[in-house]
Amino acid sequence: MSVHSSISIIVMLIASLAAGIDIGGSAAGAPLQPGEEPLGESAFLEAFIATRPPGPATSVVAHDVPGDGGRQIAISWTRSRDDGAGDDDVVGYDILRSTQPGRGYLLIDEVPPGVESYVDTTATDGTTYYYIVRAKDDMQTVDSEPSGPAASRANWFRTRRLNMFIILVLFFSFVLTYIAQARRGKELFVRRIPGLTAVEEAIGRATEMGKPVLYVPGIGEIDNIMTVASLSILTHVAKITARYESPLLVPTARAVVMSAAEEVVKEAYLSVGKPDAYNPDNIRYLSDAQFAFAAAVNGIMLRERPAANLYMGAFWAESLLLAETGFEAGAIQVAGTAMVSQLPFFITACDYTLIGEELYAASAYLSREPKLLGSLKGSDLGKAFVMVAIIVGVIMETAVAFGVAPLTAIADIFRNFFYVAGQ
Amino acid sequence: MRREIPLIITFVAGFVQLVDFFVPHPLVANAASELRQWSVIVIAASIVLGIGNLLRIHLFERIPRRTAGWPYSIVLLAGMFAMMITGLVWGVGEGTPFNYLFRHLKVHLDMTMFALLAFFIASAAYRAFRVRNWEATLLLLAAVIVMLGRVPLGSLLTRGLPTALQLPVVTEWIMNVPNMIGFRGIMMGAAMGVMAMGLRIILGIERAYLGGE
Repeated sequence: MSVHSSISIIVMLIASLAAGIDIGGSAAGAPLQPGEEPLGESAFLEAFIATRPPGPATSVVAHDVPGDGGRQIAISWTRSRDDGAGDDDVVGYDILRSTQPGRGYLLIDEVPPGVESYVDTTATDGTTYYYIVRAKDDMQTVDSEPSGPAASRANWFRTRRLNMFIILVLFFSFVLTYIAQARRGKELFVRRIPGLTAVEEAIGRATEMGKPVLYVPGIGEIDNIMTVASLSILTHVAKITARYESPLLVPTARAVVMSAAEEVVKEAYLSVGKPDAYNPDNIRYLSDAQFAFAAAVNGIMLRERPAANLYMGAFWAESLLLAETGFEAGAIQVAGTAMVSQLPFFITACDYTLIGEELYAASAYLSREPKLLGSLKGSDLGKAFVMVAIIVGVIMETAVAFGVAPLTAIADIFRNFFYVAGQ
Repeated sequence: MRREIPLIITFVAGFVQLVDFFVPHPLVANAASELRQWSVIVIAASIVLGIGNLLRIHLFERIPRRTAGWPYSIVLLAGMFAMMITGLVWGVGEGTPFNYLFRHLKVHLDMTMFALLAFFIASAAYRAFRVRNWEATLLLLAAVIVMLGRVPLGSLLTRGLPTALQLPVVTEWIMNVPNMIGFRGIMMGAAMGVMAMGLRIILGIERAYLGGE
């Protein structure tokens, strides 16, 4: 019998006495009462397990989190042998940290059983730390061997986003190449977008009827790119209304958007030589509240009866409230949004709808500016790249599913490349 | 310079945010965070412009000129000032007049507007599902399957059929395969559009949103 085993038995006996267990008898040595069972082997074993310290966490490794902004050290370890196995009595782990090996360890956090990693987010960059993982059961704790030294540092590249960076560079190079071609005077073909052709028709109709044109730039804030795209379209719409001398009503849900819309419309009227036709009262701030805004725009539709309603930008639940009211008011309606959940409503209630990317392409399409058209072509090439990637991915996944082993490794690389990581 | 300054600000702000997406260093992260805070402050301060616009149009234009629906302008201004005054005098916490007006007036008005959607959806669906051509017929069929597949009746009607033909299963397939394909296609196209638009804005190629070509 080893020394360790002997000590264990002595400890077990002392513990069982301390717990008031009379092996083969009753608690505290009292005589057995009628119907009371004597404590047997299982109670003895439980007492033994309770007094035996848990196995320590092993292989504790600490290292700087790669590709982060600093202050983070990742710690990993192998679970105690009594965590999920063995005595299975580990109730968690304490994470202790020190700046000196062997002493001065302070508790920084605790994690539940079963966990084998932890990220310390309170490190000071450049300071070297040592970590201990302390396994604990209900009665005792056991420290791991300390980890090696680790220091956090701020990085200059988020390595997890390398794939996105490569794709972005590729995409930007497509766009810039076509813009350069357009600058050199190359003719670029851009397919017809019926919704945009319809904008001028709608404004023409409103002019013939002597009614105003209503332009709703969505309820997104100015930092929403759909709103910016909408303001770009508004420039072209305002120029057409200025030329036709049709009133242009622009109700807005955001004060900054109202201010930007005022500037956009005023500039457009100036640029076509009709500054006097600009009416600042037609650019209205209504309300930031979604449904108050919808109610107010519906009121404008029913009172002022615009003959053309243009909805371009970011819309949420108010989309159908607006589009259905406009439909019932008899206006010709053109909508454009990249809000996928609202598209069905616009498609149903409007005469034409710009779907997703068409909203962003609208400004280039309407202006026919070569540089902008070049960016559209570059964007199309990006889409072609995505389509090819999807087809190749599908073929590879299918081949792997059917057991074409040589493709497994390539499929893994392909899949990992297109995996989008978080932070 | 009137055009150049906004373009420079746009370039700097856009470029810093783009770099922040790839560079985690605090130097960049702090600059990006600072810029985002500025934008929040600018947007919050702009409410003054909104109030100014409301006052100009309603108090000095619509009400004095008695334009169509001018009494609504009085209601609007009364509501705005009521909320402003109660909020400024008694605060906006629980049990204050502002909170009372918000919970018992504005919330209910919002809910009323939202509830109208049910009727608008019904009328829009009626038009969308009219059988005019094969596409509309396909849409109608898909809609009927999905609507029935989402309620217990659909399950009851097709209980005796093989699993693959039961309405809830067909509904799931429609939602997860054809519907999801369309959804993702639009999302990917829109993402490309956003990237191209973002690049145009940062580089100052797209400047129509500033009121010029």
